Amino acid sequence: MATGHFKQGIAGGRLSPEQYADNFSDLHPPLDHHEALVESDRCYFCYDAPCMNACPTSIDIPLFIRQISTGNPIGSAKTIFDQNILGGMCARVCPTETLCEEVCVREVAEGKPVQIGRLQRYATDVAMAENKQFYPRAAPTGKTAAVVGAGPAGLAAAHRLARHGHEVTILEARPKAGGLNEYGIAAYKSIDNFAQAEVDYITSIGGIDIQNGKALGRDYQLSDLTRNYDAVFLGMGLGGVNALRADGEEAQGVTNAVEFIAELRQASDLATLPVGRRVVVIGGGMTAIDAAVQSKLLGAEEVTICYRRGQEHMNASEFEQDLAAANGVTIRHWLQPKRVIAEGGKVSGIELEYTAMDGDKLVGSGERLTLVADQVFKAIGQSFIPSALNGSGALLALEAGRIKVDAEGRTSLANVWAGGDCIFGGDDLTVSAVAQGRDAAESIHRALTSNGRA
Amino acid sequence: MADISNNFVGIKSPNPFWLASAPPTDKAYNVIRAFKAGWGGVVWKTLGEEGPPVVNVNGPRYGAIWGADRRLLGLNNIELITDRDLQVNLREIKQVKMDWPDRAIVVSLMVPCEEHAWKAILPVVEETGADGIELNFGCPHGMSERGMGAAVGQVPEYIEMVVRWCKANTRMPVITKLTPNITDIRKPARAAHAGGTDAVSLINTINSITGVNLDSFAPEPTIDGKGSHGGYCGPAVKPIAMNMVAEIARDPETHGLPISGIGGITTWRDAAEFMALGAGNVQVCTAAMTYGFKIVQEMIAGLENWMNEKGHATLEDIIGRATPNVTDWQYLNLNYIAKAHIDQEACIKCGRCHIACEDTSHQAITSMVDGVRHFEVIEAECVGCNLCVNVCPVENCITMEPLAAGVMDQRTGKPVSPVYANWTTHPNNPMAKVAAE
Repeated sequence: MATGHFKQGIAGGRLSPEQYADNFSDLHPPLDHHEALVESDRCYFCYDAPCMNACPTSIDIPLFIRQISTGNPIGSAKTIFDQNILGGMCARVCPTETLCEEVCVREVAEGKPVQIGRLQRYATDVAMAENKQFYPRAAPTGKTAAVVGAGPAGLAAAHRLARHGHEVTILEARPKAGGLNEYGIAAYKSIDNFAQAEVDYITSIGGIDIQNGKALGRDYQLSDLTRNYDAVFLGMGLGGVNALRADGEEAQGVTNAVEFIAELRQASDLATLPVGRRVVVIGGGMTAIDAAVQSKLLGAEEVTICYRRGQEHMNASEFEQDLAAANGVTIRHWLQPKRVIAEGGKVSGIELEYTAMDGDKLVGSGERLTLVADQVFKAIGQSFIPSALNGSGALLALEAGRIKVDAEGRTSLANVWAGGDCIFGGDDLTVSAVAQGRDAAESIHRALTSNGRA
Repeated sequence: MADISNNFVGIKSPNPFWLASAPPTDKAYNVIRAFKAGWGGVVWKTLGEEGPPVVNVNGPRYGAIWGADRRLLGLNNIELITDRDLQVNLREIKQVKMDWPDRAIVVSLMVPCEEHAWKAILPVVEETGADGIELNFGCPHGMSERGMGAAVGQVPEYIEMVVRWCKANTRMPVITKLTPNITDIRKPARAAHAGGTDAVSLINTINSITGVNLDSFAPEPTIDGKGSHGGYCGPAVKPIAMNMVAEIARDPETHGLPISGIGGITTWRDAAEFMALGAGNVQVCTAAMTYGFKIVQEMIAGLENWMNEKGHATLEDIIGRATPNVTDWQYLNLNYIAKAHIDQEACIKCGRCHIACEDTSHQAITSMVDGVRHFEVIEAECVGCNLCVNVCPVENCITMEPLAAGVMDQRTGKPVSPVYANWTTHPNNPMAKVAAE
């Protein structure tokens, strides 16, 4: 019987223990002290720096880099945390190549930006290793806030509220806090249980009580929160996964990419994690890349991403696409799924149709292609499931299926704010969720304290 | 093919690159390695008088400052003159000179400021067959506390006296090495000239503290919790050294006095610049101590290539060529008007020119034009100061463009005058007014 890479079907143990460890090591190893000094010296300390303007949390990047270059990593970390208390995780997962580093003048000039993400990681690692806490809590205000969801938005909101002296309760549906930092994101971007370390670092400020296993709509209603707390921040993620809309989707071996990624992140032994020999991933975003690359790293022999539009339309950044290619993932464009082929209830292949643009409309060409596959991942987007909000009381206004908020994160309900993936108009980024949580907390603070005065 | 052979006060060497009196020239082993690598000559590390040699500290002798990626920019040392026996040094000098007759060997000397001490050492040095002597009037630490080195070099009368003793007691050419730790470098040069020196060499190292340890609060380099000022050298001192060379080269009293240029010379270009300002050859130390002796190969090839490219046949064609262009501020043409110009194609929009000009100078560079990030010189405000050129990280992105005669200077609203006019005749100069009356 075939072993390793060539085991048929969906199976674990495709690799040696050393290979698993090697494959899932740090994608960008941390800069050492000297590397950080050299890299920080490349920063030009631009006036009105484009990088800073590109950062959704507006971190003063030239300043924090200059602080690294002058031997002050602790000061540097404070500059980062002042704007983004999840600066450690953002340093690891931000698509810097489409944010700060894309507009770095050295990227423009020479195609080689200052490695802002890695420098940010350097500084935040130093501070977190020392558990250096920068923010004493303000005197207690006697006000309470409930935060729904312990993801990036919720944690950022909770930390800022706790800083201002409010008592915060975070209600989290999953067994662990962290949201997508814990359950999403490719494993090689957040090694050594960093997501939990960051949660601990953030909650060290005090005044934040995280209650796990508490799902909105199941264990409590929004009206319970508005009744029992002075303010509510909704920071839920996206619970729904879009369907393929292909025949035979229910076959065994058709998996939601987000579930696969979560399972991988929680696995104590990667060798026990089964993956197909021939994997097809349907989608064109970061989730598709994360699922595809990790399938390959788990030992899949052949991994193909099929995306229904062109390369230029993919949501995954160029860096991510290159990362997939470098790991041996094939990315095919202009293909949409039509039918999952199954044998004995198990996936054996997928039939796809070539597509093309007809004006601004995507149409199938009629031409079909069949790929052999024993596992198919769905990564064609997630959706917000608003039903949990509607247990009782007044309805929250939605827009395009997500919560409608104003510029400060206020929802249509009094004393209810929202941020992160659950709101309309977000951009699906950890760093944006942090900014929204932080800004909503400031809005809450103003509301609870008559414009910031306790 | 350019000929870079050098004749400095009669001392011949195949190229103008000598190693300065310093650790790299302390013994035969190092000097032979240097000659094998291609150095044209050496100034043997300073010999003292007969007797028990000096001792050095047994902790750190060097301190440094660094640029990006730990590129060594400045080095300081608290090492003294040779701590080896005089006779051993003399024997080695003699042997090396015999084995390497085409290379220059000059011996650096420092003995007490008494004629008998100099009379005693000169013949024994002469006996080695060395090509010349260099008087160490520069050492800024240790020896100066004993009335030697910079303690002599800071008193022009002593310099003149010692030079006179040496000229009277040896046939060898005398090169007087000057300390920069003095207000006006022309004074010791004039004194050496008056004493009859064949040449001066400069600069020796500059009194310095390279750093302070902020845990122990001790200066670097630290010896058991204490530090002493050392002599600073390396790329950081080059501008200071070049000015001093130029000052001596253009001083009417010392004009024409051969100069051996020293101070931060690291590349062929540095050497060419010193020579253009009037140095007849150059001496190198820190660059060799940083990278090893092989750097001389770059210096030789670089100098030759440049001379070939520019059509300079011999070193005489370049020595002193820039000296006439070094002048006093009062003679600079005040009717010369230049404006900064930013090449928009080359601009990477870092904004450093803007913020430097906006915060610290003349508010003459935009940051935003029609709502778009855009850096452009406002000619009506630009005084042509060159700060933007110097802070711009992109070479040749910002240039200073002279305005042609007759063109309107938007800052003053007056056309550019074609006539040279300097401060001595400027109406705002009270002295000029007096002269006009």
